[in-house]
Amino acid sequence: MSDHEYTPKSKVGKWFNDRLPLLTLANHLTDYPTPKNLNYWWTFGGILTFCLITQIITGIVLGMHYVAHADLAFQSVEHIMRDVNYGWLIRYVHANGASMFFLAVYIHIFRSLYYGSYKSPREVIWIIGMLIYFLMMATAFMGYVLPWGQMSFWGATVITNLFSAIPLVGESITNWLWGGYSVDNPTLTRFFSLHYLFPFLILGLVVLHIWALHVPGNNNPIGIDIKKPSKDTVPFHPYIVIKDAFALLIFLLIFAFFVFFSPNILGHADNYIEANPLVTPAHIVPEWYLLPFYAILRSVPDKLLGVIAMFAAIFVLVILPWLDTSKVRSTVFRPIYKQFYWFLVADVLILGYVGAMPAEGLYLLIARVATAYYFAHFLIILPFLGIKEKTTPLPLSITEPVLGGSADMAMARNNPDFKEKL
Amino acid sequence: MKIFLKLTFLFVIISSLILSRANAAGEQQELLEVDWSFKSFFGKFDRASLQRGYQVYTEVCASCHSLKHLSYRNLAEKGGPEFTELEAKAIASNFEVTDGPNSDGEMFERPAKLSDKFVMPYANVQEAIAANGGAYPPDMSVLVKARKGGANYIYSVLMGYDEPPAGMELDDGVYYNKYMYGNKIKMSSPLDDDIVEYADGTKATVDQMAKDVTTFLQWTAEPHLETRHKLGFRVIIYLSVLTVLVYFSMKKIWSRIETKV
Repeated sequence: MSDHEYTPKSKVGKWFNDRLPLLTLANHLTDYPTPKNLNYWWTFGGILTFCLITQIITGIVLGMHYVAHADLAFQSVEHIMRDVNYGWLIRYVHANGASMFFLAVYIHIFRSLYYGSYKSPREVIWIIGMLIYFLMMATAFMGYVLPWGQMSFWGATVITNLFSAIPLVGESITNWLWGGYSVDNPTLTRFFSLHYLFPFLILGLVVLHIWALHVPGNNNPIGIDIKKPSKDTVPFHPYIVIKDAFALLIFLLIFAFFVFFSPNILGHADNYIEANPLVTPAHIVPEWYLLPFYAILRSVPDKLLGVIAMFAAIFVLVILPWLDTSKVRSTVFRPIYKQFYWFLVADVLILGYVGAMPAEGLYLLIARVATAYYFAHFLIILPFLGIKEKTTPLPLSITEPVLGGSADMAMARNNPDFKEKL
Repeated sequence: MKIFLKLTFLFVIISSLILSRANAAGEQQELLEVDWSFKSFFGKFDRASLQRGYQVYTEVCASCHSLKHLSYRNLAEKGGPEFTELEAKAIASNFEVTDGPNSDGEMFERPAKLSDKFVMPYANVQEAIAANGGAYPPDMSVLVKARKGGANYIYSVLMGYDEPPAGMELDDGVYYNKYMYGNKIKMSSPLDDDIVEYADGTKATVDQMAKDVTTFLQWTAEPHLETRHKLGFRVIIYLSVLTVLVYFSMKKIWSRIETKV
């Protein structure tokens, strides 16, 4: 951190800052030394912050018009779509915003996986990030229940039923979650309450996430430690701010395209049918961003083991910093890991695809292979690869690859990371 | 090692190909495609078609299907069929609604006003089911959004009545439809040539009526579609200009250091 002393220029500013150092914080945020070689994959942190704030603001407005009651919820959503001024816009931004939020978070996570951002000394940032991701999934799931359409109702039924797999107390837990003996009005009202609460928990965790980031500073595409501030860094403002703004605008163009020209393409048609406990839809499918986990859940023949596998799929991510034994962060210098990385990407995409298909025949077989590979990647390949893989030489500073300057091998050999690999 | 990886990759590609083909084989009969005026970036409703569609709805569909999320005032609103306020009032006054209680504590009947919701054909779901041989005629307010394929699906079902293929046994009150999921539908073919008489002189063929009523149902499902398209176009233009401006600002700022952005 660049904890150079900061003194406000004005007297009032100094008086205030001595009592509450907000100006010091603002100064830290603007001066924050950021690696200058960050590529556009690093802009998704800012994009995600934007997404969270958009979801909270649109959500608060929707909450003013929505009625959390089994008999009125669907109707109140239609009221928002028809009679509330620009209600259709606010709801479509909120609904598509959830998808865009997950699109961004998946890119953010896979960026971290590619450049080894989860490794020492950034493990805590990563774990907080995984907590945020987990809360996001819970929040999105409960949000999808609120319109009280067919998919809302049956999705809630399937997911809450998972807890009944827990031995001995499973049924009690499920009844407790439902507030009764099936998904019904009490379930809806508590989901609404929690759906309103969780985003603020996420917001708090985001503050911690950024705080934890500002202790070691950003990782970078080369993945080596850099001195801060130095010729390898630029101040956050204006360099990173303007770059993030540019990337955010591109993201917003795609976002706007969905909201204005195909607002329902990411949803499911069945959710425009009012919830009916007596009619089960032909295929109960969660939203696209939960599909890989849904595929893992269904690929295990035993219900309890399936639930365990699903949660384990997230848990292996939490302990990832200790599963990956390689000291080299960036995939750029890990030729073999690079291939496995892309296999993992393909594997997760395949899981997502089969998650949307009926769990039978070939789909089920592929889901099982893909699930096995998912766990093998984290539990077998990563620990083994870190020990066995021969990495390519690391540059001494990021200025070197950035400027394309001469590689000073004499200096490079003094780099501890490089020595270790020789 | 590398060969092993490449083989795995090949396996992935092949299996996904098989998957997509297997998926295509399981698809339903392909829907009829109509070049709707409301599709595309600048899509708008055909006003005359909406008005005709409303006529088909009232004279044919409304005896069984409700439009419970709509109010009579919607008929006169911008972006819809755009009946004049007088016309909409006249339409509303054809229906009776129960109001009250009055100062004597009694409920009373009165003609519907613009602010009233569309009057439902049945008092409740049970009555609707009982009157329709055990099948509930779904509410049509958001029907277009509630079916995969949207407007094309609704149009296809209306056009899809046919003789059942040889060997297909149909119970009483069940009809064959090419595009309905499962090919069995409990609604008999609702449209026949000249079943309605259009005021604007358009010939009321089954195809014409199916198109008109589908257009109308697209509007009931998305009453703000025109505003959405118009606003969306402006937002995209605004964002594009801003993106270009910010791009050049970024280039300018980053030109102070020797790093490319």
